[in-house]
Amino acid sequence: MPAVELSGAAVRLGGRTIWSGVDVAVGDGEFVAVLGGNGSGKSTLLKAVLGVLPLAAGGLSVLGRPAGRENARIGYLPQRRSFDSGTRLRGSDVVRLGLDGDRWGLPLPLPGRFASSRRQASARVREVIELAGAGEYADRPIGELSGGEQQRLLIAQALVRRPQLLLLDEPLDSLDLPNQAVVAALVGDICREEGVAVVLVAHDVNPLLPYLDRVVYLAGGHAVAGPVEQVITGETLTRLYGLPVEVLKASDGRLVVVGQPEAPAHHHDRHEHVH
Amino acid sequence: MSTNPHLTWNVVHDLSEVLEYHFMVNALEAGSVVAVMAGVLGWLMVLRRETFAGHTLSMMAFPGASGAALIGVGAAWGYFVFCVAGALAIGRSASGGRRSRSEQPAGTGAVQAGALGLGFLFVSLYGGVLGDLENLLFGTFLGISDGQVLVLAGVAAASLVVLAALARPLLFASVDADVASARGVPVRALGVVFLVLLGLAVAATSQVTGVLLVFALLVMPAASAQALTARVGLSLALTVAIGLAVVWLGLGIAYFSTYPAGFFVTSIAFAVYVIVRVGVWVKGASRRDQRLSGQPPAGGVIA
Repeated sequence: MPAVELSGAAVRLGGRTIWSGVDVAVGDGEFVAVLGGNGSGKSTLLKAVLGVLPLAAGGLSVLGRPAGRENARIGYLPQRRSFDSGTRLRGSDVVRLGLDGDRWGLPLPLPGRFASSRRQASARVREVIELAGAGEYADRPIGELSGGEQQRLLIAQALVRRPQLLLLDEPLDSLDLPNQAVVAALVGDICREEGVAVVLVAHDVNPLLPYLDRVVYLAGGHAVAGPVEQVITGETLTRLYGLPVEVLKASDGRLVVVGQPEAPAHHHDRHEHVH
Repeated sequence: MSTNPHLTWNVVHDLSEVLEYHFMVNALEAGSVVAVMAGVLGWLMVLRRETFAGHTLSMMAFPGASGAALIGVGAAWGYFVFCVAGALAIGRSASGGRRSRSEQPAGTGAVQAGALGLGFLFVSLYGGVLGDLENLLFGTFLGISDGQVLVLAGVAAASLVVLAALARPLLFASVDADVASARGVPVRALGVVFLVLLGLAVAATSQVTGVLLVFALLVMPAASAQALTARVGLSLALTVAIGLAVVWLGLGIAYFSTYPAGFFVTSIAFAVYVIVRVGVWVKGASRRDQRLSGQPPAGGVIA
């Protein structure tokens, strides 16, 4: 059973069709990147999978059920800049909120089995922080951490409930190149070792290349899905964009897409710098 | 006060002298109640960056008090009705746009201006001079009745019970709204409920401290505690402790002095805030120095 299956799917926002005729299947434990220019509807795809945005046409099943029904088994990391430097909360508190932040009432200091479930909760938070490699700074105020450190804690937060599907919206955005490589490797490891299916939205495929099973490329209101070497080619992207597009391969394996209407290299101008 | 009280070296004697007066007991009780309530709600307000909303809510006391005078009911009614109405208006103005948080200040400012205009109208309709104008602005620490203490305690207890029930989702929504709403937390509704609770806290506090000195108990203890620690439980406990200490010290000093209680309460709260900020800055600077000189930082990171 695939983790996510879109067939002939279309989404309309404010009377405009964002994309249509999209067929994508993400298998159990697969690592899939969603690529495309600004405004091509990458984040929209994640919101559709979460059931936040309804489809205008087509079908969508998530973890075997209609979208929105199984969100408790999904870890979601929205697109964001970072926590404000004045946010006076520890990184581990933010991870803990991912575990039980949606429960009403106060965690009372009760004896017996309640105390043991509280210990389990703390242990799970610790475990997932170590898994994300954030143990060193998890008890510092999250606003004082660097973008890369915050991103690791947020990935820990998304993982804390042992989800079967991770939806990550531009987790590499606003990170410097070494941190992009580190976070990409972390997500790759989690995908393989924990058996979690990952759908990751990115501008640049290169940091992800060693870990990806497949990519979904969105452009011009349509999508192509498949292995990297089949999708990121001049031929496929020319067809998708309807414009002549070339894909160059550097000697180290990095891919450079030339000629698409919107060069992803400029996207950093839109974002605030993270210290 | 018939006799002029003198501070002696006998603390027990001084304390028992203060507590002999019913108005002082009421002041301490009311002050303690609002210190706890304003502390806890102010802590969330500072975390949510809604200080401007808190300021606007404190301004609601002006149309509240003048409106109550106009129709001839107790001022407390005016405070509570207008603060809650103001909270709902701010909540509405915030829920219009998609990125609600960033649009809030303009809508909040509009609510504030509208309310102050309304208050001005009430004052001129009332005709006479609003006798308690100074009380409205600077509070009536020493003129609190038994009934007022009971009402304040009831409102505070009810608010804190509601707050305890909402605690975790509200904290989640306050620091991490996108993920919280993906998890099914009703972020927007919680924002409005929080503003209403804040409105109640402001209405209660401004009856004691006056409109202009509300932030002494609403902002400064919370801001001081948050500067000291990022641990949620400890931070909240510190907020309440600072608030209570500020009220007790302020009232105690005021009793033996000719200057008003509001001045001492506010000044002590401000002094605590300044000392904490300077302390944190000095500690941060020394840690930076150590890092520069290559030594490991001396233990005890402020966390």
